[in-house]
Amino acid sequence: MEFDPFLLARLQFAANISFHILFPTITIGLCWVLFYFRLRYTFSGDKAWEYAYFFWVKIFALSFALGVVSGITMSFQFGTNWPGFMERAGNIAGPLLGYEVLTAFFLEASFLGIMLFGKNRVSNRLHLVSCALVAVGTSFSAFWILSLNSWMQTPTGFRLEDGVFFVESWWEVIFNPSFPYRLAHMFNASLLTAAFLIMGISAWRAMRGVDGPATWKVMRTGALMAAVLAPLQVWIGDLHGLNTLEHQPAKIAAMEGVWETERNAPLTLFGFPDEEQRTTHMAIKVPGLASLILTHEWDGELKGLNEFDGDHPPVAPVFWAFRVMVGIGVLMVLVGWWSVWKLFRGPRESRDGNVWLLRALSVMTFSGWVAVLAGWYVTEIGRQPWVVSGLLRTADVVADHSSATVAGTLFGYVLLYLFLLVSYIAALRYMATKPARSLSLSPQQRAMEAELDDDEHAEGER
Amino acid sequence: MDLGYWLPLFFAGAMGLALLIYVVLDGYDLGIGLLLPFANEEEKDVMVASIGPFWDANETWIVLGVGILLIAFPQAHGLVLTALYLPVTLMLMGLILRGVSFDFRVKAGDKHKAKWNALFALGSLVASVSQGWMLGAFVTGLTGDATNTLFAALIALALPALYIMLGASWLLIKTEGALFDKAVRWGRLAVLPMGAFLLLISIATPLVSSTIAAKWFTLPSAIGLMPIPIATALAYAGLIWVFNSRQILDNGYGWLAFLSLIVMCVLASIGLAYSLFPDIVLGRLSIWESASATESLLFTFWGTVITLPMILCYTVFVYRVFRGKATNLSYE
Repeated sequence: MEFDPFLLARLQFAANISFHILFPTITIGLCWVLFYFRLRYTFSGDKAWEYAYFFWVKIFALSFALGVVSGITMSFQFGTNWPGFMERAGNIAGPLLGYEVLTAFFLEASFLGIMLFGKNRVSNRLHLVSCALVAVGTSFSAFWILSLNSWMQTPTGFRLEDGVFFVESWWEVIFNPSFPYRLAHMFNASLLTAAFLIMGISAWRAMRGVDGPATWKVMRTGALMAAVLAPLQVWIGDLHGLNTLEHQPAKIAAMEGVWETERNAPLTLFGFPDEEQRTTHMAIKVPGLASLILTHEWDGELKGLNEFDGDHPPVAPVFWAFRVMVGIGVLMVLVGWWSVWKLFRGPRESRDGNVWLLRALSVMTFSGWVAVLAGWYVTEIGRQPWVVSGLLRTADVVADHSSATVAGTLFGYVLLYLFLLVSYIAALRYMATKPARSLSLSPQQRAMEAELDDDEHAEGER
Repeated sequence: MDLGYWLPLFFAGAMGLALLIYVVLDGYDLGIGLLLPFANEEEKDVMVASIGPFWDANETWIVLGVGILLIAFPQAHGLVLTALYLPVTLMLMGLILRGVSFDFRVKAGDKHKAKWNALFALGSLVASVSQGWMLGAFVTGLTGDATNTLFAALIALALPALYIMLGASWLLIKTEGALFDKAVRWGRLAVLPMGAFLLLISIATPLVSSTIAAKWFTLPSAIGLMPIPIATALAYAGLIWVFNSRQILDNGYGWLAFLSLIVMCVLASIGLAYSLFPDIVLGRLSIWESASATESLLFTFWGTVITLPMILCYTVFVYRVFRGKATNLSYE
């Protein structure tokens, strides 16, 4: 059976970017959390925060390494798989990627060395600064790459000559209409992913009684983050959706399964979109709600897929991915509030009093990953058939490789990524069963734990 | 001043510099990966510790090099990377394995450490060989014919030899005791094959490409170019001398070996730049034909002249923080 090389090239890119995004999503958020732990123990002198920092910095380092190496793949694949994209849009994409390398990659990679291994070689203040610089670097990186992605969604500030893009205004290119929303949405998503990761692993540790009081401190930090950021994410997501409606109505039509343009459009909660018959089977609908959410008016008009004949994205994947993302988002709000309610009152640090919460949190450990992937599928599949919305078709920029070559390398990548993903989760699990400090330091650690226990008793007696 | 002329030239230079720095810096990382199977368990830890704080930033130089190719010469980026699809894919997989093994070998539990050590070495090997292949195919214009393939195969073997020398020389700087002595032995074993490859490449390059032959063997430029091979030979002699003189090594001047290798790499880059110029893909695309629009280059130019010196400064700073002999890495 002969596969379509175009489809294979897309699958390969999707496999690479899906694997890659998992790790930056963790590190962008986790890095700021680590900086917070670091600040807390510098100012409070509370050893539990130091303990938390040392445990999580190891997981951060591992995630960072996976993010870096899978990211290198991306910079090469623009050329190996999509040479047409760089030939046509290189004048815009090139400098944005260049600024990412120059302002972010070197900064984070260089100071990461000091952050991880330089604790005893530099002053406390310089180490703190290094942590902050790594966090700033990861955020810069997100800034530039999201700017480029947003420009591909909502291109502005350019002129076209013979099919080649030239820059008219850098300001308009960088701060294109969807960029502020996408940046806020993704940055918040990273923090939420980190929040559920630290809560999930801490809950797992608490259930097994592996670690001391730092575990609960970390869990409460995550709970506060989730309780505030998850509802915030719903609001940002709504704004982002309105922006998409304005600039990419075809994407919204696919997300909501709106087949014909209509006023007072119902919200489809669930159903099976069928592109051939142009209908959604077994749809459960709430009358008028889609119009209300998207236009903030009951009889607002929503453009249907009929307006974009042949030029709209595949409906089912976008429709489903959107529901997965929203579903997890709602779950995050509920679990976030539940955690705060349970962890900041009553028997705060008892395993027995919180069994169900701890179970729920460990199940949700990687929920951020699922939501982020689903969200990116909505926005990226939702942009098809375009690579630059409305201007450049994905099919026109693909490289001319035989399907055997692309299928072979795709197979290799998928095997490698599956192996690494399994290894990563296994390593996290292994680290979660170990106390934060290495075994060679165990006498010191026992001393520290004893000290912490004393503090706890003292608190209890007070 | 004609920006349309000077900016592509500036970026060609910056790209060359980034790739040169990559070869030297990640070269020693990869060399240590290649040498890893020959060390015992404790030595492996020290070897990894000697590159621990640096490898990530070192690897970033190839991202910058390829990034500049992408930013400044998008036509060439497409052409080069499409032609090198398979070696690029293999190199990426090698770099992925090498990079993650670094963390997994100490984090996945002692049970799995041997496996990750092996993958570390395998990743380094695959990445080095693929990079050599890419370089060889690139230098001879990506024609894909028999001579091109043969030349690519030659460099695919030569580059790992250079990396092993860089790795061994790095260990002279960062280690002491039994491992230091081992590094000396490894260097002595690898230095002659590396020299043989160097000679072979010098002979083969003009044979493979008549364009390059014409550039090197016409008077009077041939006389002006003589310092390059002579200085390379001197640096190579110095390298052999350092590795064979206990007196130099025991007095803490082992870093001279690394310096000799840097000199050789710089000279090779100058030679290569001279051979290719003004083409970016030999005989197919010139620097100017493949360059991006001037206004795009100018925007990146300002970013580069501001950030690149800063990057070099904090790179030096990080190397200063971690100067001296490597000890076991600790997060605490």
